[in-house]
Amino acid sequence: MSAQAQPNSYRTGPDERGHFGQFGGRFVAETLMPNILELEKAYEEARNDPSFHADMAYFSTHYIGRPSPLYFAERMTEHLGGAKIYFKREELNHTGAHKVNNVLGQILLARRMGKKRIIAETGAGQHGVATATLCARFGLECIVYMGAVDVERQKPNVFRMNMLGAKVVPVQSGTRTLKDAMNEALRDWVTNVADTFYCIGTVAGPHPYPAMVRDFQCVIGTETREQMMQAEGRLPDSLVACIGGGSNAIGLFHPFLDDKDVEIYGVEAAGHGLSGLHAASLTGGRPGVLHGNRTYLLMDRDGQIADAHSISAGLDYPGIGPEHAWLHEMGRVKYISATDEEALDAFQLCSRLEGILPALEPAHALAKVIELAPKKPKDHLMVVNISGRGDKDLFQIAEHLGNQIV
Amino acid sequence: MLKTQPMTQRIEARFQKCRQEGRAALVTYVMAGDPDPETSLAILKSLPKAGADIVEFGLPFTDPMADGPAIQAAGLRALKVGQDTVKTLDLIRRFRAEDAETPVILMGYFNPIYVYGVDRFLADAKEAGVDGLIVVDLPPEEDDELCLPALKAGLAFIRLATPTTDDKRLPAVLTNTAGFVYYVSITGITGAATPDFGKVATAVERIKRHTSLPVVVGFGVKSGAHAAAVAQGADGVVVGSALIDALKGTLDAEDRATAGSVEAVTKLVKELSEGVRSVAKRAAA
Repeated sequence: MSAQAQPNSYRTGPDERGHFGQFGGRFVAETLMPNILELEKAYEEARNDPSFHADMAYFSTHYIGRPSPLYFAERMTEHLGGAKIYFKREELNHTGAHKVNNVLGQILLARRMGKKRIIAETGAGQHGVATATLCARFGLECIVYMGAVDVERQKPNVFRMNMLGAKVVPVQSGTRTLKDAMNEALRDWVTNVADTFYCIGTVAGPHPYPAMVRDFQCVIGTETREQMMQAEGRLPDSLVACIGGGSNAIGLFHPFLDDKDVEIYGVEAAGHGLSGLHAASLTGGRPGVLHGNRTYLLMDRDGQIADAHSISAGLDYPGIGPEHAWLHEMGRVKYISATDEEALDAFQLCSRLEGILPALEPAHALAKVIELAPKKPKDHLMVVNISGRGDKDLFQIAEHLGNQIV
Repeated sequence: MLKTQPMTQRIEARFQKCRQEGRAALVTYVMAGDPDPETSLAILKSLPKAGADIVEFGLPFTDPMADGPAIQAAGLRALKVGQDTVKTLDLIRRFRAEDAETPVILMGYFNPIYVYGVDRFLADAKEAGVDGLIVVDLPPEEDDELCLPALKAGLAFIRLATPTTDDKRLPAVLTNTAGFVYYVSITGITGAATPDFGKVATAVERIKRHTSLPVVVGFGVKSGAHAAAVAQGADGVVVGSALIDALKGTLDAEDRATAGSVEAVTKLVKELSEGVRSVAKRAAA
C-alpha cells in the first residue's frame, strides 16, 4: 500500500482544510459549520496560549494522575520468550482509561468558549465516564448518547455516569451501537448548536476533531519516549495499540512516526473473523464519507454502512480516524487484527501473569503482542498501550467464559 | 461563479409559473423505496396531480444524521426492501417518462453518491431526469466533491441555509448554488419543532437581500396552516416528515403498503396545496 510518495515528515498533517492525504475533511450539515469554524479558531488560540497548557499540566498531574507508568511486563516477557515487553499503563489514569486525556483538553476548551452544555457519544462507556467526570468537576451539564445495545453490555459504566450526574440517553435508532450514538449526538448538536459543546471521544469527526483529539492524546507517546530513554537509554523498537476510532493508538504512535526504525502496529477488531462480522475498517473496508470525514468504512456495495461487530464495545465502530486511513495508505503503520477469541485469551493470560486486568480493547493489542513478541530477539523493546482497565468488562467476560466451560 | 446550466430550466420554469399564478411553490419530499419501490413511485406520480410543484425524492441512507425519526425510519424501510441508488434512479426514469415538466430533486447524504462514483452518478442522474441535488453533509467547504462537478454536468446543487448562516457566511453558501435556496427553518433535525414563522419571514428577507434565486423554507411544516404561514414570505414551502408520517399511518404491522397508502399522502398534499394557494402574492412582472 506504499505506492504514494513518502513525505519528509508524517507529523505535519492535516492541511488547513483538515485533510490527511485524501482523508478527513468537514462533511457536516450547514447548521454545524459556523460552530466547527468557531471551534477551530478557539482551539488554535488555546494551543498558542501558555495558560491553557498550564491548566492542562496541572489537571493532568493532580487530577488524572499523569504521567502513567511505563511498566516492564517481566512475566509476560518470560512467558513469550522474545521481545522485552513494556506496558504503557493508561488504565491507571483517573476513570480507568486513556479517554480522560482528551476529555480534559476539550472540557478546558469548552470552558474557554463559554459553553455550559456538554454532549458526548460513547461505546464502551469509557469516554462517557470521562466526560461525565470532568463535567462534574467543572459544574457543566452532561448528556451522553449511548447505543441501547451498549447500555445493556456496559451496565457498570452506565451506573457510573449516573452517579456522576450525567444523563445517559440510550439510542434506539439504527444498529443501536456507537455509530448510532454518534448520529444522535450530531442530531442534538444541530438542535442545540448555540450553547452546546460536542466532546467527541476519538480521532474522528469533522476537522478539527481528528487533529485536536490526537494532540490531547499525544501525551501518551511523548511520555513513552522519555520513559523508555530513562529505562533503556534508547527508543523502543516497536509499538502496539488497539484501534476502534484510534485515539489511544494515534496518541502513542504520533510522536514516533518520524522515527523510521520504530515498527508500528495498529490492531483492529476482527470480531468473529474477517470473513464474518467484524469491526476491522482498514482490513475489510474501503474509503467513504461518514460522521464528518472521509475514511475507511465498512459498508455494502451501495454505500450503506454495515453493522460492525466486536466483543469490545469500544472497538465496535464501522469506521476509523482519517489519519489512520492515511497512515495505512502510506504504509507507515501496519494494521492487523485480532478476533474476539484471541482477545479473550490475551485477557486471561495478562490477568494471570501480570496481575493486570486489561479492558477488552487493549486485550486485542495484547493478542498481537502474544503473536509478535516470540518472533523478536530478546533485545527488541516492544511497547503495548494498556488503554483501559477491564473491570467494566467482567460481566461480559464471565458470560463468554461460562458459555465456553459449559 | 458558474452560470446557471440548462438542466435547471425545469426548476426556473416552475418558479416562473408559480410567480405568474401569484403564489408560492409547494415542494414535497418522500423517500424512494418507502415502503416498497412501486408504492413510492405511485406516490411520486400522484404528487404533482395533488398540487406539488417540485418533488424531492430521498436517497435512502443508513445514517441520516440531520434527519428526525420519521425520515430515519423511512430510509430503513426502503433499505429493508433492497432500495439502492440504481433502483432510485430507475424510479425517477419511470416518473420522467410520464411527466416532462415537474422538477425532480434528489436529496440525501454523500456516501452512497461517493461510492457510486461522482461522475457516473451525475451522468446517470441527469439521464434519468433529475434536475437538482440536495446533499446534507456537503457544506461549501467541500464544494470540490460534488457541487462543482454537478454544476458542470448541468445539475443544480441546492444549498441549505440555516439560522446559523449569518450575513458573513451567506455569500459563501450562495456561491455555486443553483435552482433555489433551501432555508432550514430551525436549528434541528427534520420533522422536529415547529418554527417561529415570524423569525422565518425575517430570515427569508435577509437571504433575499443576497440572492435573486427563489428561497424555499422547510423543516417543521406539518399542515396547510403552516404552509400558508410560510408562503407569506417564501417562494416555496417544503414538506417531508409530515407526508412520511401520513404514509406510515397506513402501513400494516410488517410495514407493507395498504389500499389507503397513496391516498393518505395525496390527501395531505391537497391540504398543503390549498394552504399555499390561499396566500396571494404579487404576480411577477
